Amino acid sequence: MRKVYCDIRKCVSCRTCEIACAVRHSRSGDLYQALREEPRPKRLVRVDASEFGPFPLRCHHCEVAACIDACKTGATRRDPITGKVLIDRDKCVGCWMCVMVCPFGAVFPDMQTGKALKCDLCESHDQPACVASCPTRALFFEEFDEFEAEYKKRRPRSLVRR
Amino acid sequence: MAVNRKRTVDPAAEMILSCALEEGASTSWDRWEAMQPQCGFGKLGVCCRICNMGPCRIDPFGDGPQEGVCGANADTIAARNLVRMIASGASAHSDHGRDVAHTLLMAARGEAADFSIKDEVKLRALAAEYGVETAGKDTAKIAEEVATIAFSEFGQQHGELRFLKRAPEKRQKIWREQGVAPRGVDREVVQLMHVTHMGVDNDYKSIIKHGIRAALADGWGGSMIATDLSDVLFGSPVPIRSQVNFGVLDEKEVNIVVHGHEPTLSEMIVQASRDPELIELAKSKGANGITLAGICCTANEILMRHGIPIAGNFLSQELAILTGVVEAMIVDVQCVMPGLSELTKCYHTKLITTSPKCRFPGEVEHIEFDERHAMEAAKRIIRTAIENFPNRDKSRIRTVGPGMSTGLVAGFTAENAFHFLGGRYRATYRPLNNAIIEGRIRGLAGVVGCNNPNICQDFAHLEMTKELIKHDVLVVQTGCAAIACAKAGLLAPEGARFAGPGLQEVCEAVGIPPVLHLGSCVDNSRILVALCNVINEGGLGEDLSDIPVAGAAPEWMSEKAISIGFYVVASGIFTVFGTPHPVLGSKNLTDYICGDIENDFGARFAFEEDPIKAAHLMIDHINKKRADLKLRPMLSESVREEVLTAK
Repeated sequence: MRKVYCDIRKCVSCRTCEIACAVRHSRSGDLYQALREEPRPKRLVRVDASEFGPFPLRCHHCEVAACIDACKTGATRRDPITGKVLIDRDKCVGCWMCVMVCPFGAVFPDMQTGKALKCDLCESHDQPACVASCPTRALFFEEFDEFEAEYKKRRPRSLVRR
Repeated sequence: MAVNRKRTVDPAAEMILSCALEEGASTSWDRWEAMQPQCGFGKLGVCCRICNMGPCRIDPFGDGPQEGVCGANADTIAARNLVRMIASGASAHSDHGRDVAHTLLMAARGEAADFSIKDEVKLRALAAEYGVETAGKDTAKIAEEVATIAFSEFGQQHGELRFLKRAPEKRQKIWREQGVAPRGVDREVVQLMHVTHMGVDNDYKSIIKHGIRAALADGWGGSMIATDLSDVLFGSPVPIRSQVNFGVLDEKEVNIVVHGHEPTLSEMIVQASRDPELIELAKSKGANGITLAGICCTANEILMRHGIPIAGNFLSQELAILTGVVEAMIVDVQCVMPGLSELTKCYHTKLITTSPKCRFPGEVEHIEFDERHAMEAAKRIIRTAIENFPNRDKSRIRTVGPGMSTGLVAGFTAENAFHFLGGRYRATYRPLNNAIIEGRIRGLAGVVGCNNPNICQDFAHLEMTKELIKHDVLVVQTGCAAIACAKAGLLAPEGARFAGPGLQEVCEAVGIPPVLHLGSCVDNSRILVALCNVINEGGLGEDLSDIPVAGAAPEWMSEKAISIGFYVVASGIFTVFGTPHPVLGSKNLTDYICGDIENDFGARFAFEEDPIKAAHLMIDHINKKRADLKLRPMLSESVREEVLTAK
């Protein structure tokens, strides 16, 4: 399954992925119009700090997903075809169990709507918005093997190295 | 929405661009594409880099931080960033004005022997305005005193700029009440930079007022001085025919392109290019002669005064080099793309910088312009170009042919433009005012500004201008917008065929184009003066905000455009920008400049990317002002109504 991977050496915490994500998940799909939408478009990725430097925190669509096990309404489920972990907004009751059990903190409670939010890998698009927008090309949408090979090949400039 | 995703609507530019593709040359369009997507924080104006506690960014979607480290919110940050753009834009125009004042002063003192006073009438009018005693003084003495006073406007600390008096009294009163009447040019810019320093002003409305003060110091100060003193020094323009677009570059001649903004050096280059000795030299190198053409506002300055043809506008600058027939591109200041240097390395074209303010790194030739030895520098530049002629790579010539040029009429000014409406015997603004009052002309619009790769080149200018004249709005233009419309033939009297019935009638009766070229971007001050004349003529209200008039910058790119926008709005004129100012991250600030600012200054901004919709915002505004003045309905419309009722 293709997932989003990050070459953490190249993340400069510009948060472009956050804005691109929120715009992609808005009704209009346009930055200027999205700002005035209600409810406000939400980003499903968050740039966070770590001891290795900043990185975009987002759902990993785990093979063994704690959030699926914890979901009492069956809203959080794995898509049998794509393998993505998705939340059915109609079934979600906002109990935040998934928020609590996620080992990464990658499920976000949306207090405005009372629904849990997480990365859906931009369901209907070829490439997730975060990957397409990353100005330093730190993000990849690939199979893990592909990413691993690519990662080893790359030698980022010492400037962005941490 | 009328959006054109092509790179340009100019067929000549299109032809050269396709060659660029073949040759693998990169232009600003390619660099723009490589830059996508552009940073949303920057676009929304909510990234603050003012102090070292930052950089701070406000989350526009409300989840993340809503305040910077110092506590500044999106309103403060966006307002500070915006007015800093005004500071830069006002500085650019004003420094240009200062240089012209300096040259006039030197010319008056006989220190710049190559310059002389070309328009004594205007000099004396300025002297009267400045209160300079002229009796018994010779021209040089008057010029010296006028230049000294103009010069002192920049450093003036108290009182008000002298040209503010040109505005209607009501407008002056508004400026004083709002506390935005500029004291001096430099002072307002310095104060603006102080106000936006970390931990000073954080009330967005107050910050905007400081910005307006600096913007007014540009429009009614620096820019106006630049225009008026240029007229004195180089002569006031009179209507003049010329050609525009790449077809003006002649394959058989030495082609020299001047690019930038200031007229001082280019005036000398015009004279030097006619020097028989240099023409002889060009012939000895195998050329037929010397062709001079311009790009951007330097082009407009020498077009207005000498009818020198124009090669193109802002986005055409790189394309000029790609033609392979330009021996030298002479640049001074502003809107000169740093990318030119890389591009000229791949072609025989010599890039020559002339201003100590605008240098390129590396081996770009620098021939510094100095007022004392102006002609000498100009001749040296032309000689360098001629000597470069044999270096042309014949296999890479991409000329578009003389068919790719369009005729235009330029050279309109506040003094002459509307006098034509009255003819030689009634040279007043009365006929213009009457045409508006009677409903032949709906109103006036200024369509100005740049090019920007984020909009198809010239598309927005053309669509908007055509829509306006179709609805009988007389359009005045400056800068790259004027060049855009000139390329499409709107600046020729024949352009009247695109105009509505009322405007067409006026254009045909008087023999003017429906779109008037008023000059370079500092010459936006001519539009202000012209509108003041309309008020003084009477019948159309008492303040600039009463006249049926609107402004627009549909393809804006530079900080100067923001400064212009603000002095126009603060002068009471509704203004539409194509892509928005970088302020949308702050709802309060956006709502203020696009709304409540009208309560303070009688005008507001609007942002509309679709040029047709934007034109209709302007037309609606003009209609509203017509209704407020209780003017008669448009003649063409009332005729239609009569026919309908008769049926």
